[in-house]
Amino acid sequence: MVNCPECGTKIELAKDTIQNEIIDCPTCGLELEVVSLDPPQVELAPEEEEDWGE
Amino acid sequence: MKTNLGILSSRIRVEEKLLIKEARNRSDIKLSVVDPRKIIWDLSDFDDLDVLIDREISQSRAYHVMEMLDSGPVKLINDFDTVKICGDKVLTSLLLEREGVPTPDFRVAFDKQSALVAVENIGYPAVLKPVDGSWGRMVVKINDRESAEAILEHKSYLDSRYHSVYYIQKFVETGNKDIRAFLIGDDVVGAAYRKSDHWVTNAARGGKSRPYQVKKDLIDILAKTNQAVGGGVLAVDLLESSHGLVVNEINPCMEFKESMKVIDGDIPARVIDYAVQQVKIQKEVERLNV
Repeated sequence: MVNCPECGTKIELAKDTIQNEIIDCPTCGLELEVVSLDPPQVELAPEEEEDWGE
Repeated sequence: MKTNLGILSSRIRVEEKLLIKEARNRSDIKLSVVDPRKIIWDLSDFDDLDVLIDREISQSRAYHVMEMLDSGPVKLINDFDTVKICGDKVLTSLLLEREGVPTPDFRVAFDKQSALVAVENIGYPAVLKPVDGSWGRMVVKINDRESAEAILEHKSYLDSRYHSVYYIQKFVETGNKDIRAFLIGDDVVGAAYRKSDHWVTNAARGGKSRPYQVKKDLIDILAKTNQAVGGGVLAVDLLESSHGLVVNEINPCMEFKESMKVIDGDIPARVIDYAVQQVKIQKEVERLNV
């Protein structure tokens, strides 16, 4: 269980969550990055930069 | 013997997660996820890898990692030359044209006055794109001379070095849709329409996938495209012009989440298959050269 750093909502990470995975906060919708699995920790995901793409 | 497969990624989105799960499910693969944000460059960091799949969202990071590993023992997907070509719209257009692959008419200028002449020369509407942009970011349609003057004036004040290059394409009317086709090696794994309420159809801008029937004209143009840019794992974006298909852009770190909804091909499985196959080919070539 982690807390959204923006709105404080408690979020249960899925069992198959991967390090650095991007998840959405179900309440405020912000993108969060899973920075640690053990212990589970999330941070606000980095915002889009000019060189991002495919 | 296991294939040591690396995935270069700092941001695990749906596509990266599918690739990671696919690799983890295979007993013949040892997987490493390499986060480029953690790299303090030392080539030995990659000693254990046979192959590295580029899934890095930052094109600058991906470019330099692939550049530094180029010509080394690690098989890169995609090759650095392909990453370099597809990441630069001028280079892509030049090579497509040189190889006779139909592509929208284009001009390149390096000054706002000559860019205005180029826009007038190519005709309205024209499309102005950053040379190295993605996701439809800062792509504008110029409908008339007044718009051209205003847009080029604004662009001239942007400070990135790439904004000093004016890449201008002839606008191709398609009814707000394009085609995204997936090429893995020589195989067309699938293709989908991307439709939108806006003329910019990128999935990142809300374009939705719809089924597209792959036919000979698509297979033929993709074969020539593959030859022009070096091949690998590519998403090729095409437009249906009044003269047939034209290749608009090529993406070397393709997003496929949206398209997967309407195509049958298992893209993550095919990408991993391709990576393993490329390692086998590379090892066989090395063995024969000993």
